[in-house]
Amino acid sequence: MANLTSNFIGIKSPNPFWLASAPPTDKAYNVERAFEAGWGGVVWKTLGSEGPPVVNVSGPRYGAIWGADRRLLGLNNIELITDRPLQVNLDEIKMVKRKWRDRALVISLMVPCDEESWKDILHRIEDTEADGVELNFGCPHGMAERGMGSAVGQVPEYIEMVTRWVKKHSRMPCIVKLTPNISDIRKPSEAAHRGGADAVSLINTINSITSVNLDSFAPEPMIDGKGTHGGYCGPAVKPIALNMVAEIARNPLTRGLPISGIGGVTTWRDAAEFLALGAGNVQVCTAAMTYGFKVVQEMISGLSEYLDDKGMALSDLIGRATPNVTDWQFLNLNYVTKAQISQDDCIKCGRCYAACEDTSHQAIAMSADRTFTVKDEECVACNLCVNVCPVDNCITMVEMPKGATDPRTGRKVGDYANWTTHPNNPSVAAE
Amino acid sequence: MTNSPLTPGVAPARLDPATIQAHFADHIPAFDAHEARVAADRCYFCHDAPCMTACPTSIDIPLFIRQIATGTPDAAAKTILAQNIMGGMCARVCPTETLCEEVCVREVAEGKPVEIGRLQRFATDGLMAKGVHPFTRAAATGKKVAVVGAGPAGLSAAHRLAMKGHDVTVFERKAKLGGLNEYGLAAYKTTEDFAAREIDWLLQIGGITVKTGVSLGGGVTLAGLEAEYDAVFLGIGLAGVNALALPGEDLAGVLNAVDFIAGLRQSDLASVAVGRDVVVIGGGMTAVDAAVQSKLLGAESVTMVYRRGKDHMSASLYEQEHATSAGVKIIYGAAPVRMIGKAAVEAVEFTKGGETFTLKADQVMKAIGQTLTGAPIAQDGRKLTKRAAMVWAGGDCATGGEDLTVTAVAEGRDAAEEIHAVLMGAGA
Repeated sequence: MANLTSNFIGIKSPNPFWLASAPPTDKAYNVERAFEAGWGGVVWKTLGSEGPPVVNVSGPRYGAIWGADRRLLGLNNIELITDRPLQVNLDEIKMVKRKWRDRALVISLMVPCDEESWKDILHRIEDTEADGVELNFGCPHGMAERGMGSAVGQVPEYIEMVTRWVKKHSRMPCIVKLTPNISDIRKPSEAAHRGGADAVSLINTINSITSVNLDSFAPEPMIDGKGTHGGYCGPAVKPIALNMVAEIARNPLTRGLPISGIGGVTTWRDAAEFLALGAGNVQVCTAAMTYGFKVVQEMISGLSEYLDDKGMALSDLIGRATPNVTDWQFLNLNYVTKAQISQDDCIKCGRCYAACEDTSHQAIAMSADRTFTVKDEECVACNLCVNVCPVDNCITMVEMPKGATDPRTGRKVGDYANWTTHPNNPSVAAE
Repeated sequence: MTNSPLTPGVAPARLDPATIQAHFADHIPAFDAHEARVAADRCYFCHDAPCMTACPTSIDIPLFIRQIATGTPDAAAKTILAQNIMGGMCARVCPTETLCEEVCVREVAEGKPVEIGRLQRFATDGLMAKGVHPFTRAAATGKKVAVVGAGPAGLSAAHRLAMKGHDVTVFERKAKLGGLNEYGLAAYKTTEDFAAREIDWLLQIGGITVKTGVSLGGGVTLAGLEAEYDAVFLGIGLAGVNALALPGEDLAGVLNAVDFIAGLRQSDLASVAVGRDVVVIGGGMTAVDAAVQSKLLGAESVTMVYRRGKDHMSASLYEQEHATSAGVKIIYGAAPVRMIGKAAVEAVEFTKGGETFTLKADQVMKAIGQTLTGAPIAQDGRKLTKRAAMVWAGGDCATGGEDLTVTAVAEGRDAAEEIHAVLMGAGA
């Protein structure tokens, strides 16, 4: 069994699976249950300043979207930071850390945007023996209206400023948690880097309305006839998160900045994908909230088996796919594939045909006996048939060998060539 | 003294009433909303779906299942009923395992089809429970159409004709409407008087006058109907029963399976007399329905004997398994030779592969097929042609298709469409 021991910015944990700062990490009871189940670490749910705790709504806090069989695909929430007294949290953190020395315990923080507030909270947590802090610049709902959370995360200058304060007033490793509710994720990560952050973590949740109640005509989750936007997470956000992780990992200005990957990690495979794109570890929330803490056991066994099969160490996986993330303009325009349907696996549902005939390139033929075949002379290799087929691996994309003639274009498959040198590119023609 | 499965001869109440009641409970229970949602989620919404092609009434199955999945089961019901006004009964009695569900791509892929029949029942039951009849009549055409026979074919034709604005009179030989829906089929497939409830609901369309106790030659004649009405639809079924033409067939205890089932459907189950040792001769759905229900009533032994092999049996493999799991023994490849007995039957002699054997029997049910009696219009082989002048025929009495409820509904509907086209001058 592969060694999954993780060292993320000096914080050690028996595996790279941490629970993200969220309801599952709000108190000792939950965190201890998580550690018992096998989680490598937790980021304790965000603490605020000393004083009267925040209050939460007492109506529904979560909204969701579902796939077939009511499988939860996306969840949003309008819950605020911890609503328990600061001292209660600090006492519990200290107790848990002493009891679970081998696990990572990081404290998430969100206080008003002034140096004194940050200095004060950092001073108060020092005694807990926690392994590090995570700055919550991400939550898009509620706290943002009070100038915190994503209201900070959307202004790179603020991120840099607060990060500097934290590094100045604390010796603890500092992770800056980023909001995806911004047009270019590289800017806030660069700011965190300039401010001296030891790492960034992303993504926090995405602004969202999950559904509209068609009887009450209000967004869900609905509180007394009104709704507000909440933070969206779960499997549905994974593609957005993966892209943002990759953008930071391949940005020359932040290259090498450790990343804690967050966003829809549900299985070991999701985690491995984040790691391959450059994340040093992953944080999970929705999968645990959907299935309970036990899901980590599948993540551990799955990642371990994968690494063993590949003969790789965990460190070999981290960033392994980063160099293969590129810009469109560098994609090989002479790479030609054709869809191929395995007749042995085909169950003749015809979804590939409907998709291709109605919405794509009319490249699939259907016979009277419902045999579906690809018309190579029409197939542009868009992959839509692969994506709509209900049978895994029934339709595959087969690469045409170099020198073969593409029946669609009549041209031979040539060597690598991309848009930057293509004759149709106006900037090439201008030269 | 009460009877038991061991009571000799033909006797009622071999089991206590509660047990009989339980035996005849809904054979495939209705889905609740959650079960329906889970089942509906399995549908792939196939292109040019094989299930739809396999349905004799061409119900848009992927569409109605998607309507269930998206929380609009009443819309699903309308999709079904627009093609098949007896979609509720068909959901219960269709041999889906040889129709839509047999060709479901998930049957091909996993051996577990989408449960189309049960989903159809979920949708249609829901709409009927609300008392909603979703169709209205077109403006009156002033045309009058006679429908003879109130089985699935006749009622389907009557409904479609009434919907088109014609005035319809239905003539039925028996006291109740429904044909085999009411007098045939296994009771556990159509519980709680569903056949009658469905007809009450169907007649809500209006414009249909019903006359019972009337048949061709028994109150009306075809010539008379042709004179009085603009068109006539015959859905008269197969009223005759094939005889074995073997010695001993007239012994007491030898009866037609269809008569046994009709009696059972119209009686308090505890009062239905059944033999201790029952032999059913035949291999169709009627044979299975008679055999299984005999067993459920408490017969000690029930044996179905079919002259050909398992694969030739017109009852599906699913039905055969249903019979054997109910405790019916099936003997294949054996032909009856004679019934043995003094006043009442005591045994049946069979021949199989050159050897003879006898089965003890105090009740013998014949289920070797029904036949057309009388031929008011021209025949094509053993059945009526589909049209002669202004007379149409459909259902079991007419050529084409299998003798299934769903086929009868389709033929009644299609004849009505044709009649409408001809009456309105749009067709010949």
